[in-house]
Amino acid sequence: MRKASKVITVLVFIFLYFPIVILAVASFSSGSDIAVFKDFTFSRYAELFKDSTLLNLARNSAIIAIVSTIIATALGTTAAVGINRMSKKMRGLVMGMTNIPITNPDIVTGVSLALMFAFTGTILKLNSVLGFWTLLIAHVTFNLPYVILNVMPRISQMDPNLTDAAMDLGCTPAKAFFKVTLHEIMPGVIAGALMSFTMSLDDFVISYFVTGFGFVTLPVEIYNYTKKPIHPKVYALFTLLFLVILILMIVMNILQSRSESRREKMHIRAKAAGGEV
Amino acid sequence: MKRRWLTAPYIIWMLLFTIVPLCIVIYFAFTDSVTGAFTFANIVSILDYASIFLRSIWLSVAATLLCLIIGYPVAYTIAQCKPRTQRILQMLIMLPMCLSFLLRTLAWVALLEDTGILNSLITSIGLKPLPLIRNSGAVILGMVYNYLPYMILPLYSSISKINPKLMEAAADLGCSRRQSFTKVILPLSMPGIASGITMVFVPAVSTFYISQKLGSPGTIMVGDVIESQFKGAYNPNLGAAMSLILLILIFICIGLSNRVTKQHNNEEVTL
Repeated sequence: MRKASKVITVLVFIFLYFPIVILAVASFSSGSDIAVFKDFTFSRYAELFKDSTLLNLARNSAIIAIVSTIIATALGTTAAVGINRMSKKMRGLVMGMTNIPITNPDIVTGVSLALMFAFTGTILKLNSVLGFWTLLIAHVTFNLPYVILNVMPRISQMDPNLTDAAMDLGCTPAKAFFKVTLHEIMPGVIAGALMSFTMSLDDFVISYFVTGFGFVTLPVEIYNYTKKPIHPKVYALFTLLFLVILILMIVMNILQSRSESRREKMHIRAKAAGGEV
Repeated sequence: MKRRWLTAPYIIWMLLFTIVPLCIVIYFAFTDSVTGAFTFANIVSILDYASIFLRSIWLSVAATLLCLIIGYPVAYTIAQCKPRTQRILQMLIMLPMCLSFLLRTLAWVALLEDTGILNSLITSIGLKPLPLIRNSGAVILGMVYNYLPYMILPLYSSISKINPKLMEAAADLGCSRRQSFTKVILPLSMPGIASGITMVFVPAVSTFYISQKLGSPGTIMVGDVIESQFKGAYNPNLGAAMSLILLILIFICIGLSNRVTKQHNNEEVTL
């Protein structure tokens, strides 16, 4: 049975990466048909960097992802600190609300926000409110729960006496938060922020419903592209993004394993020190 | 100091941008698109789309079960590796999730098409081309491809938390490999199975891109119809009603699946 599991695992990895390889190979083909490889060329990449609209869209996506991640991380982290001090009943209520955007299908989240924006638009007698701000609000909304869920476990693991000690030693509550609490929960904050950033960068469904003519992100435009024959430079963009994410993940992996081995070393050292006493 | 107040901005944000929008969906679902008067007409007219709802459910249930069957051995194998390898494999499972699912689905179109990559391979060895695309099978394949990582990751995290000593104990007490799997590993990984099912089923049943690209007009799903109510034939009231029914159906399906997994769990624990 173990052997069968291993075979299935290898097949699944091939299955997951096969289409990605197809797209990467197509980005080096001089033909426009993805199914037929013509001559090898880098010209798709050259075309990509000359295409100002495509780069503009990538920039829009990056702006939305960065700004929404910053807002969601700040709002979510402070909220998580507060939630931790709530009564059990209130905490259950707030966490229930936090779970709504996660369990709701994206299309319902998108539709509900779009309806609300349209509703607000008619009340304010505006023609169209859809654009940068609606997109930003939507992204912050679906990022917030991921920040909270990553930060909450860190806060509940933290020794509450630490902040009290900091304040006894003369810190103001704000200073104690930045110097002690934030330092302790940092791994959770970073994990939440990274998750928000990738979700936001890749989000299509929700953005599709709340985006306007003024401000469009890359995934939404790719959807419009796929309705007509797609230009191969999009494959070049895909391949570049794949490489960027791959490098990011490798760096994260190395950092993580380093911090783990450091922690292990400290653990061993602490044990040795304890033994001496 | 009342730290609880730190949560106030968050609560206000979530009320404004999740609770209020859901209330507006309910409002739209029960009002007439022209007059704005209260009506059940939108909900009733959904009966015309019953077959599309049923099809969405069966396609996504099939995809979810396939993900579970394929994903379990993968999660189990990863959990057996060395910690370093585990981290790398986990990363490799997560990586495709970060890449545009639209383009990856499009790559499947190129693979499966009548004159696509797989069919040209088939014809080059002298066989007749197969109808690989524009059918239910292709839609299920697209769903499995896109949502398999969402099944593997929760499964992996619950399997890797199981204490390996439990397996040894089971073996010591005379369990065969198969028995210790069904009596120890499987019941202890039930929380992972439950969350994996939710994480695959919810996006699968509400998808609107996979069915457009890999399916035919005969495999239209709820998501496609909802999308067209907002982007094509503009009838937000009908679209809102459909979203509402979709939500209710999802809650019922998730409730059922949680019941099955929890029941199984309790049984095993009391044994």
